[in-house]
Amino acid sequence: MNSIGIVETKYFTFAEPPEEMTLKNGVKLGPITIAYETYGKLNDDRSNAILIFHSLTADAHVAGFHEGAKKPGWWDDMVGPGKAFDTNKYFVICSNVLGACKGSTGPASINPKTSKPYGLSFPMVTIDDMVSAQKRLLDHLGIKRLLSCCGGSMGGLQALKWAVMYPEYQASVILIATNYRHTAQQIALHEVCRQAIMSDPDWQNGDYYGKSIPARGMALSRMIGHITYMSEKSMDEKFGRKLIGKEKVGYDFSHDFEVENYLKYRGDSFVQRFDANTYLYLTKTLDYFDLTEDGNLVNALKPVTANFLIVSFSSDWLYPSYQSKELARALKANDVDVSDIEINSSYGHDAFLVEVEGLSRLIKSYLQRMTKEYSYVK
Amino acid sequence: MLNESPSRIDHKVICDLIEPNSKVLDLGCGDGMLLETLMNYKGIRGTGIEIDEKAIYQCMAKGLTVSHANIDSGLSDYGNKRFDYVILNESLQQVLHPQKVISEACRVGKKVIVGIPNFCHVRARVQIFFRGKVPVTHQLPYEWYDTPNLRFLSLKDFRKFCKKNGIKILKEIGINETGIVGWRPNLLAKAGLYLLEKN
Repeated sequence: MNSIGIVETKYFTFAEPPEEMTLKNGVKLGPITIAYETYGKLNDDRSNAILIFHSLTADAHVAGFHEGAKKPGWWDDMVGPGKAFDTNKYFVICSNVLGACKGSTGPASINPKTSKPYGLSFPMVTIDDMVSAQKRLLDHLGIKRLLSCCGGSMGGLQALKWAVMYPEYQASVILIATNYRHTAQQIALHEVCRQAIMSDPDWQNGDYYGKSIPARGMALSRMIGHITYMSEKSMDEKFGRKLIGKEKVGYDFSHDFEVENYLKYRGDSFVQRFDANTYLYLTKTLDYFDLTEDGNLVNALKPVTANFLIVSFSSDWLYPSYQSKELARALKANDVDVSDIEINSSYGHDAFLVEVEGLSRLIKSYLQRMTKEYSYVK
Repeated sequence: MLNESPSRIDHKVICDLIEPNSKVLDLGCGDGMLLETLMNYKGIRGTGIEIDEKAIYQCMAKGLTVSHANIDSGLSDYGNKRFDYVILNESLQQVLHPQKVISEACRVGKKVIVGIPNFCHVRARVQIFFRGKVPVTHQLPYEWYDTPNLRFLSLKDFRKFCKKNGIKILKEIGINETGIVGWRPNLLAKAGLYLLEKN
């Protein structure tokens, strides 16, 4: 497959004091830096821009390669020349969310007032705040309207909120493996992940910068996370009861099974690439999210005018299909034009990164249609 | 490029029944061929409901709005009289609760178009009478053990059904492979197409 080639992350800083951004909880925050990447070219009438929202621990680096890197961006299969988000046709933007640790301002950033990392003094940001910050970036880039905005998992929550906050701003919205509020089970799983980090003595109430990081807690948290991203079937297909480098089990507490090794590998690599406090903050942000606020989804979606495509996966038990269907139903009740599909997949929540073929077909067709209808409206 | 007219007779008849630029919902839309035809000839805005995942991709490729659901439950999502037409072509005989589906179709559609295979076509009758077997014909190609059809009805049965349920038949058109069957459709038409209305 074609790649975009070498790309680089850019940065946009705004909300310099005294013009700080007021967050949903009333706290003022500034300056704010947002890391972002763009691919493709904005066309002359600025009608081909697509905003992609990333998931919990991802970043602005969606596609292509950073200088010297061996691995491409997190959705390289989907974004590039000739791919679903065809960078020969579309101008694709993705920014690292406010509160994250991949170049945007978050708990691991230096607080200019104290010259130390914010840590737990960082204010709680909401999905609304993340979305507002990204809108500031798009204003800065001179984008007046989007052809589409798209997100999977946490990215889907942002895309949905975006569609409610800026209803006229995009022709279409693509939601993948997401929902409109976190359920008790989703909150519970996050809470276990958070407790894993917070009970690590090295966490030190979030004040571990420059000291030893809560590596064991983070690794454990990520191990739990990865279980929730897979399905029973995909785990069984991938690992079964395969042993690692031994003929029979050891009857001790060393690692016997491949699945144990896999989780350890995932946990350890997470420690290298992510910040513990950021993980606490972002999972909490997700848990706080409820589009309805008063429980009435149909009412909450009243402002929406964009066209919708909603994709879910049959074996995803973290963001189950029925939640996507509820969302589609409530959009239909608002006379919104919505297409929805449940892709039959055994990959669980991971399917949104793995089921490239089905997703590509759907998104390619959908964007073609939206381009046609959008230019017709103009 | 458009042909002179749609290639399938039933699609041609349905096309003639529909006003230009309408909003149309096709229940059990399959690969979206009928909706695409209606888009091309009548400039409609089409939405489909379809249970088969593979067919959904084909619908999307045709630029349709499509919902992955079964007909029995997929209609409750839509508001009253949301569509100008709701179409049930060759799908009613496969639903679990046809009475409920028709009544829901009448709720969300200003008009409803139903296409049914005629299980009492003369050939079927001959097979039952002379050969003593459940009919298998070109229009009814399935053996009893592998048929998707759950309901077996004739044009006459459907008329009676509509009357009983307070549904007005605005038009009844009998068809076979070559065209419209005007004379004794319950005996000679292989399928019936209905334009219905219920207020």
